[in-house]
Amino acid sequence: MALALQTYATVEDAETALKAAGTRYLGGGTLVVRAANEGDVGVCTLVRSTDPALTGIDISGGKVRIGAAVTMAAVARHPDLAPLARPARAVGGPAIRNMATVGGNLFAPSPYGDFAVALLALGASVEAGGTTMPIEAFLTGRDDSHAIVTSVSFDLAALAGFRFLKVSRVKPKGVSVLSIAAVLGHASDGTVSSARIALGCMADRPMRASVAEKALVGARLTADGIAPALAAVCVGIDPATDPIASAWYRAEVLPVHLGRLLLG
Amino acid sequence: MAKVPIQFTLNGSEKAEFVESGATLLNALRDKVGDTSPKGGCHQGTCGACSVIIDGELRLSCLTLAETCSGAAIITTAGLAEGGVLHPLQRAFLDAFASQCGFCTPGMIMAAKALLDHTPDPSREDVVEALSGNICRCTGYEPIIQAVLTAARSNSQNVA
Repeated sequence: MALALQTYATVEDAETALKAAGTRYLGGGTLVVRAANEGDVGVCTLVRSTDPALTGIDISGGKVRIGAAVTMAAVARHPDLAPLARPARAVGGPAIRNMATVGGNLFAPSPYGDFAVALLALGASVEAGGTTMPIEAFLTGRDDSHAIVTSVSFDLAALAGFRFLKVSRVKPKGVSVLSIAAVLGHASDGTVSSARIALGCMADRPMRASVAEKALVGARLTADGIAPALAAVCVGIDPATDPIASAWYRAEVLPVHLGRLLLG
Repeated sequence: MAKVPIQFTLNGSEKAEFVESGATLLNALRDKVGDTSPKGGCHQGTCGACSVIIDGELRLSCLTLAETCSGAAIITTAGLAEGGVLHPLQRAFLDAFASQCGFCTPGMIMAAKALLDHTPDPSREDVVEALSGNICRCTGYEPIIQAVLTAARSNSQNVA
């Protein structure tokens, strides 16, 4: 089926157009054009916006705001976002990273969406349709949303305790067996004072490892200290079986890789 | 489906075409403009055979809609040779036997050019990373990596 493309100068006009049946928003094209090429007849019309509000990375007042149309390549090369270079470079190869957007990654189904895993660990907020919401709420409702994501924001300080790991069979570019992002805070005695752990490929979208997070608070980052968190990290997961890995395999190796991330 | 006009430069030449709304750049280049150097492999963003350089950035023409390229400067492998003389990358691929069936070669060369444009003296790791979005089922990659490194050395010698 042939596609139609509609371009709007403002997000508001694009959002209005997006209410029509069969329309999808076009960001970098790596999800929706791929779907159309694959024969997804549900994609008839693509809507995009050239609104400047969608572009740019702004760091001020201790907050980071990344426009939804900012590409993975732009994030990876930004000097003030060095910790995010790893998850940004985890997305596709060089050409994909020049196209794939931060906003689009929020909609990437498992086993994709490695950057969204990072944003979940960072406790990001998502601005969509004129409202701002926690990323957890956005991810939960993303399938029914017709709002256009305009930006994501998070505290700059969170990057200081940020860690990320992606496991793939093919390197340097490969689809995820799993990905893990964590933001840890430390007390003066060296124990973990706060923990946000996000998992990729452990459900149909990025999810928090809430039980493991609780087990980690108050612990030291030693093999013994993190053991309860590793034992708890599989609580609530529902990984998929796909050509990359079986659900069983993903669950088996998750504690191993979380351990490496925490002790590394 | 309504056709829409697009204008862009292809390898330095002005092009103006009417394309179907929603047509990919790959289809526009191959079917409208007649530049068949970008190849349609997977159409999923996985193989890299359709790679082109748009406004200085490596992109996949199979996932890029032609209409979004209005006003853009597009470079394909077909535009690299000048006056019948192969580009150093093309010469290096030829000399290093970095091409067997040849289907992936234009995309590989575009990915390599995008690397060398920004990193003229790459490490082997830089080359591996730069080619990581391009699949070759013939060569085992090593001749391709060596060809890119050879072309980089050739470029630096020419500059010196």
